[in-house]
Amino acid sequence: MAKTIAQINEKIKSGKAVVVTAEEIIGIVEERGVAEAAKEVDVVTTGTFGPMCSSGIYFNIGHSKPRMKLGGGTVFLNDVPGYAGYAAVDVLLGATALPEDDPRNKVYPGEFKYGGGHVIEELVAGKDIKLVASAYGTDCYPRRKLETWVNIKNLNEAVLFNPRNAYQNYNCAVNLSDRIIYTYLGVLKPNLGNANYCSAGQLSPLLNDPFYKTIGIGTKIFLGGGAGYVAWIGTQHNPSVPRGENGVPRAGAGTLALIGDLKQMKPEWLMGTSFQGYGVTLTVGVGVPIPILDEEMCRFTAVRDSDIYCPVVDYSRAYPQRESATLGEVSYAKLKSGEIEISGKRVPTASLSSYPKAVEIAETLKEWIKKGHFLVTEPIARLPGAESGYSFKPLVERPVE
Amino acid sequence: MVSKRIVLRFPHRLVDQPIVCNLVRKFDLEFNILKAYVTPREEGLLVLELRGNEKAYEEGVDYLRGLGVAVQPLSQDIIRNISRCTHCGVCVVVCPTEALVLDLNTRKVHFDDTKCIGCELCIKACPTRAMEAHF
Repeated sequence: MAKTIAQINEKIKSGKAVVVTAEEIIGIVEERGVAEAAKEVDVVTTGTFGPMCSSGIYFNIGHSKPRMKLGGGTVFLNDVPGYAGYAAVDVLLGATALPEDDPRNKVYPGEFKYGGGHVIEELVAGKDIKLVASAYGTDCYPRRKLETWVNIKNLNEAVLFNPRNAYQNYNCAVNLSDRIIYTYLGVLKPNLGNANYCSAGQLSPLLNDPFYKTIGIGTKIFLGGGAGYVAWIGTQHNPSVPRGENGVPRAGAGTLALIGDLKQMKPEWLMGTSFQGYGVTLTVGVGVPIPILDEEMCRFTAVRDSDIYCPVVDYSRAYPQRESATLGEVSYAKLKSGEIEISGKRVPTASLSSYPKAVEIAETLKEWIKKGHFLVTEPIARLPGAESGYSFKPLVERPVE
Repeated sequence: MVSKRIVLRFPHRLVDQPIVCNLVRKFDLEFNILKAYVTPREEGLLVLELRGNEKAYEEGVDYLRGLGVAVQPLSQDIIRNISRCTHCGVCVVVCPTEALVLDLNTRKVHFDDTKCIGCELCIKACPTRAMEAHF
């Protein structure tokens, strides 16, 4: 007994849709079975709140008098370099950008207190941001220097556009070396001192729709506290990795490019983030509703942490040297127990992705849908799936003579 | 017996005095130095774990205050800004004293400031910089 998106949306509009989170569906399926649950439940909401590189914003500042073409010149936002190479007054800012005078890792490990991610958080919070730009001047755009405060409420368009978010599974990072290392998965103590991972597991969007049957281009989502959309395939999308019998990838696989109106978003769901010795990024809140079209989708969304496995990777050597060796696989249930065993050693675990915040996102999205404000969407186009042959290629260097 | 973690701030004129030594001699207190430095303005900062008879402890602290040393509990100096904490748990594995622990049921991080020794390892490890030192 399959349902259609249109039927589900009718139920949402009349306030009769049954919406549960990806955590709640587990118990429902366990109690009543997949067939019964699939009939009863219309939408399952997912959520994730973790540091997500490949995030950024673009905005239009309007034209100054006299006019100035920032393209081909330089632009800084609170001293963090942006990119103006699109046009006259369209500005792009990436989450990992750093002020030119930041010492970076010259005093190792660097602190990375402030960068693009923090500017984005402050802009969304409604704080004034100092914009400093220089240009070469043309007949139609004569101005060469600009120093002004800008505020999100006065920008023409302000858009969050993240080329790669919501990774479907990820590595668990450890350190086999005898010195402490500083990574984008946090501080890793020597000799397997700790194991850090980054996924909401059973609540994570793409782990609940492993074959991208409902999540595709055009899907409406929770993004940074507002509504957004899946814009495209995320960069490094890699659906061809090995999968378990439940279809769930056993390593980092699918990704999403996300877009949304920054003006609707909230700073508590877009947080500037600093990784000691590594750099700056943005912690992004993402939630995707999954329409329960049939029993298969219901079974997918009932996936639990004990059925999701990720590879354990040494970040002192294997990762930086791009060696494929792993130290085995571990389930998210085991990771969340606070301790795993690697090579006979008990290793404490930590997550970079916040599970309580992921729950909060899934609950918020559930409320939006229950109130009839937020409908589910039929994707305009599918993401390349496991059968597509689409894969994430390494760089093959060709020396420049 | 009491055992407390305290922060002592010495004015310039006391920096070269053997004051901690007197805590042992006069009040029979045990101490464990957790952190000590002299600032560029030559004020001294000392984080101590002080242990001993409760009455002697009070007298020892009165002695310090009488000399002009500012005394306050360490728990006032390491603070968690709860609005920035995402409860991810990265701090838990770097905390050497289990002052930061993850509740496996709620998956929230708890900060027990009475166990904190002010090492500040959590401060730079926290991705959203929710842990703050106010020494």
